[in-house]
Amino acid sequence: MKIFKIIAWILLIAFVGLQFIPTERNQSDVVPKTDFLLVNNTPQNLATLLKTSCYDCHSNNTEYPWYNKIQPTSWYLEDHIRHGKGEFNFNLWDELSDRRKSSKLKSIISQIENNEMPLESYTLIHRDAIFSESEKEAIITYMTNLKESLE
Amino acid sequence: MKKVSVTTTVLALAFISLTAMSCKDNKKENMDEDMHSEMSHAEEMEHDNMDSSNHMASNDGQRTNSKQIMADYMALKSALVATDQAAAAKVGNKMVGSLKSFDMGAYTEEQQTELKDIIADATEHAEHIGESEMAHQRGHFKTLSKDMMDIVAITGTDATLYQQFCPMYDGGGAWLSMEKDIKNPYFGSKMMTCGKVEKEIKSTM
Repeated sequence: MKIFKIIAWILLIAFVGLQFIPTERNQSDVVPKTDFLLVNNTPQNLATLLKTSCYDCHSNNTEYPWYNKIQPTSWYLEDHIRHGKGEFNFNLWDELSDRRKSSKLKSIISQIENNEMPLESYTLIHRDAIFSESEKEAIITYMTNLKESLE
Repeated sequence: MKKVSVTTTVLALAFISLTAMSCKDNKKENMDEDMHSEMSHAEEMEHDNMDSSNHMASNDGQRTNSKQIMADYMALKSALVATDQAAAAKVGNKMVGSLKSFDMGAYTEEQQTELKDIIADATEHAEHIGESEMAHQRGHFKTLSKDMMDIVAITGTDATLYQQFCPMYDGGGAWLSMEKDIKNPYFGSKMMTCGKVEKEIKSTM
């Protein structure tokens, strides 16, 4: 019995100790002039969809859930956000050339079409980030038109 | 008895805080590294170009030319024709290296700007081919092929190339080949001979 007590103590202390490790927070009040929604003047309904479903990991500003401050969740989120922004950052849209915009749009379209994005691990908790079939179609049409306008 | 458990607790605390501290340090280093890897491709490429032009003075082997990039592309195409995911991934990664160390010294400023843009795009597609499953590899190959055609339009080619086109793939997909015969990289054995020669690009060297 005693050994269990000690293990429980150690786990508890480890958990508490973890909380002192700082993480980088992805938050910014400034929306750069290069932002996708600004540059393309995206219609409000689509802009809301993109903000809800994509911007948490693909922009400079994440709306963190309440549990984000609890380790090891923060690490997990931090890693996801870093990777997401590395692939594509909506805030930096206009820094890309037309060629690269077109490539990004192609990836956006195919990933949404194949239900690869938003990630399941994300929609598991962010139920509002799931696109309905009609929303999916609206976004794909919008992105396709945008892509064609670049070519 | 109580004393023992108090001692254990204290020891455990000390141990954990030490671990936590060292974690912090590690983390910082990791973050620096990540920041580095987050540099935009364009920046990286500029670096690489600078590096390669520095090496240039003493060592010709450090830089690649359009011929090397084309050779990688053709190897990639063959892997896709054979529907060999692993081989395609390997060549994709190799091509990333060739693209990044491409030496543009011989081109005009205007051409260099264009080439940098194309190569930044092509690098990203090659990277994805290096880490994706077959269907994605083929999707990226389609855009990569377009990039290659645009590169050839600037650099010319030392071998005659055939621009081929298959209307069945994703609204139509083109690619480059050294041979006139059609071997379809988008479908492999499923539709090996689907496509036609759209254009012959004559050797310019």
